[in-house]
Amino acid sequence: MKNPDSRPRRPVSPLVWLVAGLALLVLLNLTKNPAFLRVTWHDGHLFGTPIDILTQGSRTMLLALGMTLVIATGGVDLSVGSVCAITGAVCALTLQHGQSLAVTLAAAIGVGAAAGLANGLLVARLGIQPIVATLILMVAGRGIAQLVTDGQVLIIKHAAFEFLATGFVLGAPFAPLAVGALYLVSHAALRRTAAGLFIEAVGDNETASRFAGLAAARVKVLAYVFCGICAGLTGVLIAANIGAADGNRAGENAELDAIFAVVVGGTALTGGRFTLLGSLLGALLIQTLTTTMYNLGVAPAVAPVPKALVIVGVSLLQSEKFRALVARAWRREGRSGA
Amino acid sequence: MSDEPLLQLRGITKRFLGVTALDGVDFTLRAGEIHALLGENGAGKSTLIKVLTGVHAPDAGTITLAGKRIAPASPKDAEQAGLSTVYQEVNLIPALSVAENIVLGRQPGRFGFVNWLAVRRHARKALARLEIDCDVDAELGSLSVALQQMVAIARALDLRAKLLILDEPTASLDEKEVAELFGIMCRLRADGLGIVFVTHFLDQVYAISDRLTVLRNGQLVGEFPTASLPRLALVGKMLGRDVSDESGRPASASTATKNAAATVLEARGLGRRGAVHPFDLTLRRGEVTGLAGLLGSGRTETARLLFGIDRADTGELYLHAQRAALPSPRNAVRLGLAFCSEDRKREGILPNLSVRENLIIALQAKRGGARSLARAEQEKLCAHYTAALRIKTADAETPIKNLSGGNQQKVLLARWLATQPELIILDEPTRGIDVGARAEIEALIAQLRADGLAVLFISSEIEEIVRTCSRVLVMRERRLAEEVSTADLTPGRLMQAMAGAHEES
Repeated sequence: MKNPDSRPRRPVSPLVWLVAGLALLVLLNLTKNPAFLRVTWHDGHLFGTPIDILTQGSRTMLLALGMTLVIATGGVDLSVGSVCAITGAVCALTLQHGQSLAVTLAAAIGVGAAAGLANGLLVARLGIQPIVATLILMVAGRGIAQLVTDGQVLIIKHAAFEFLATGFVLGAPFAPLAVGALYLVSHAALRRTAAGLFIEAVGDNETASRFAGLAAARVKVLAYVFCGICAGLTGVLIAANIGAADGNRAGENAELDAIFAVVVGGTALTGGRFTLLGSLLGALLIQTLTTTMYNLGVAPAVAPVPKALVIVGVSLLQSEKFRALVARAWRREGRSGA
Repeated sequence: MSDEPLLQLRGITKRFLGVTALDGVDFTLRAGEIHALLGENGAGKSTLIKVLTGVHAPDAGTITLAGKRIAPASPKDAEQAGLSTVYQEVNLIPALSVAENIVLGRQPGRFGFVNWLAVRRHARKALARLEIDCDVDAELGSLSVALQQMVAIARALDLRAKLLILDEPTASLDEKEVAELFGIMCRLRADGLGIVFVTHFLDQVYAISDRLTVLRNGQLVGEFPTASLPRLALVGKMLGRDVSDESGRPASASTATKNAAATVLEARGLGRRGAVHPFDLTLRRGEVTGLAGLLGSGRTETARLLFGIDRADTGELYLHAQRAALPSPRNAVRLGLAFCSEDRKREGILPNLSVRENLIIALQAKRGGARSLARAEQEKLCAHYTAALRIKTADAETPIKNLSGGNQQKVLLARWLATQPELIILDEPTRGIDVGARAEIEALIAQLRADGLAVLFISSEIEEIVRTCSRVLVMRERRLAEEVSTADLTPGRLMQAMAGAHEES
């Protein structure tokens, strides 16, 4: 380099602001409840609010994992909540018919992958706008789930199945461990191969990627399939958590939380660069918010309002434009004061 | 000084993430003057324009317009101060009518209602001022690029502008259209407007500008009256070195040794309805084949067929005498073809990804997703091509959008060279690039030929084609019309061939 003093200054990672938001939230909780962060050992496993947040948040984290890749290709998948409902119903059915856990999980993954494939083909091969293409399954999926369950809420009584959502391994909750492991595996699979680069390239400029020899359509389809599988597994966690398959309520609005998590995590809706760690932290932030509302006794009907405010706040913090605006106003203030 | 300058820039400095784009640059424009702004890629022309029009805030320096200090914070600010800009890429809305485009953002009317009669009247007046004859109700996208450009000028001037900035307005115009544009510029000059004219075409600089300012590496080289600066001296100033012969042709090009080279790619009766009439074409190792023709003659369409971007509806393609199907660019890349598109922004760069990622993407695509190139190998490739093509970038991790156009183009060339293709199709690789980088790219093409590649070189510039190619295929009206071989490859002969059909009609 010619002039060493002009070393390029890298922009601050958006994760900094996300972590700052998370820290603020924890501080707020600590002032109301000094024991917020306390983790104790009870009945042979860990116990406390942080553990609750991780366990409850594991579902949004899993959805956000798949959603990250779809959003990175410049798309979005609105159908994940409905896919959760379908897989939950399918799981209840296979378990009722006495199938093993392995078959049940395979069925869930298969259903998720099929849903993702349908979405992906609509988007990548037929060129339908992602919002519209996935809206179809979002709406129709609820109906499919009702068809599967025959309009009933199916009760699931299967200890091994319920363990997936509520069990503990060596005292630590199983669901967040499993989801964390999936994040690690996905990260390795995306970054050790060129898959991650291909997704970012297609999201950044699809035409240019295609001209460079990428199978852009295939990359997109695979992203939707992966997202569908994540949604299918989330459906398993939801059904296992409540011990029932509810075609109406399972995964309701889950797609929105997942999209929030991804965007707050620093992956732009316009596609391109993505960060799995950001999505994981984003999901954590959203669950912490939800738990905070609950702990502060905010009525569930009103809770979305403060939740929305926090999300707006974090998004603004991440916006370079907004930060520049604040900085400029700050400087102007200083100058006029002097 | 008798007359106060219309616009004065003093000490303008602008830095981007470690790269100093402008370093204390001065610029002066007088009323009733056409002032050419010249420099190589990365000299800082675009940055200076963007500072002037409020896109970027300068880190230091002052802007004075008609004696008043201004600090435009946005393009709208600049417009209101009387600075109008027409950018290289026409940034109007193709789906709207001409009239709507002209008044967009300042529609006459009230309470949110638009007075459409006034809109049309207004648009007609704006066009009449430039003596442009065009239907104000026509959809903008249906007009030729040249007309769109004129509409953009009409829109810009609509605001009682004192100053008009034309950023490479002639890049996509043919000669007749350039003449029309110059007519308009002269008329505006007579009206007392100051015009900043950014261009790469030296002919045009001498044809129309009164003064010129040269930038190099973000610094001011000097301001000169155009008439008193010989062309050779100008090029020397732009390059920062003595240039003995501006059009120095690497004489070997035309007299290249013609051994019976192996055919790489052969097309037989390849064609696509509405794009190109069926044509035969043979591309050989170690040969640079030129594809010449006027705008819209079907050059790019031919390249797209060869590379599998558009599907041919007739004809066959043979690679090394083997029948090959090219249903997609992906297949083409795997078979050793490369295609450097003329539309860098839309079809070339991945703007937010790094120089490194942009450089290796085609090679990685060729290898497939599973076998990732080791990071060290990627960095080695980057280091190699950055040095070999003299790519100017802060480092390999800089997003490519932060590079100047010429450097972006070099990265794209490197992207294709890294795949070690057997055939490379270069579609206007020197478009929007300055003299220096152009010479480098021409030298590179000569090197590729020596290395045994087959090169298909598409260009609008006759001189460039004559300098670089061993034989030239000329297209007319979407038809491969004739071949001009080495023996009689002269600009005059080529021009004749390109114009041929037009003279008959």
